[in-house]
Amino acid sequence: MVGGAVRFESLSDFFHMGGHGVYIWVAYGLTMVVLAANIWWPVMVRRKVIRSGKLAMLKVINSQKLEKKS
Amino acid sequence: MFNWLHRLGSSKIFFEISGRWQVSLLSLSLLMLAGGSVWALLFVPPDYQQGNSVRIMYIHVPAAILAQSGYVMMAGAAAIFLIWRIKLADIAVKCIAPVGASITFLALVTGAIWGKPTWGAWWVWDARLTSTLVLFFLYVGVIALRAAMERQASAGRACAILALVGVVNLPVIKFSVEWWYTLHQPASFSLMEKPAMPAEMWLPLLVMVFAFYLFFFAILILRIRNEILVREKNADWVKRWLEVR
Repeated sequence: MVGGAVRFESLSDFFHMGGHGVYIWVAYGLTMVVLAANIWWPVMVRRKVIRSGKLAMLKVINSQKLEKKS
Repeated sequence: MFNWLHRLGSSKIFFEISGRWQVSLLSLSLLMLAGGSVWALLFVPPDYQQGNSVRIMYIHVPAAILAQSGYVMMAGAAAIFLIWRIKLADIAVKCIAPVGASITFLALVTGAIWGKPTWGAWWVWDARLTSTLVLFFLYVGVIALRAAMERQASAGRACAILALVGVVNLPVIKFSVEWWYTLHQPASFSLMEKPAMPAEMWLPLLVMVFAFYLFFFAILILRIRNEILVREKNADWVKRWLEVR
């Protein structure tokens, strides 16, 4: 890989990042949250859309059955 | 060619084709995001001036690039909708806006976090920062306008016009670093020129930019499919699709 070796001596060195650790980890953490929310939202909507679509279809079928009875 | 475009403009055909690609596209983008992040966090050498804070660049720059080209795509879709009245283009405008807003938010916040250790301030009213904030409000404006209007057809047209008017902000963002030479540095990355950074720094950046684009398209597909299902809920093919879910 271009760049070669890992740039940190130890794990605590990696977390500390020469004093910039807090900034870097907050930035990456926030990115993860925003990207995860971007996935979560349409997945939830999809579930809702499918559920309400099926419900609407059931209603149509039921009302047709009722019409036949009466 | 035009026939092919016309076919893709049909909601049903878009739904069928995108259904085959959505999972692999999202997986690939997540894989590249993970790989690029590990690369940026572990293997990239610290900058000789900025130290390790340069690692924030690997999310800030892709987010900022995507924030702008997302708007270009939204405005393009708006133009297509206004000229040819293709419904799918209106759906695209609607679906790009929230994703674009969230990515612009990310660019602004990661920029602020990067600014603190390197500039000594979270925020300055620099031309580029201000015009990017305007970009964020434009996205939010498109979302709010649609939510505020009841009739879908007129809401679509109004949003398309707003999206097109907002295009004037894009050259302002692009050239802000040259017109007003304030705090934000000029672009460090260009398609045309050889980057001023060594390959070990720009190669992971390229990976992250690509990953962000793929992620954007993957999310867009998820959202557009939902919107198609809602708008075409009375179509026979949607009912058949629902039956097997």
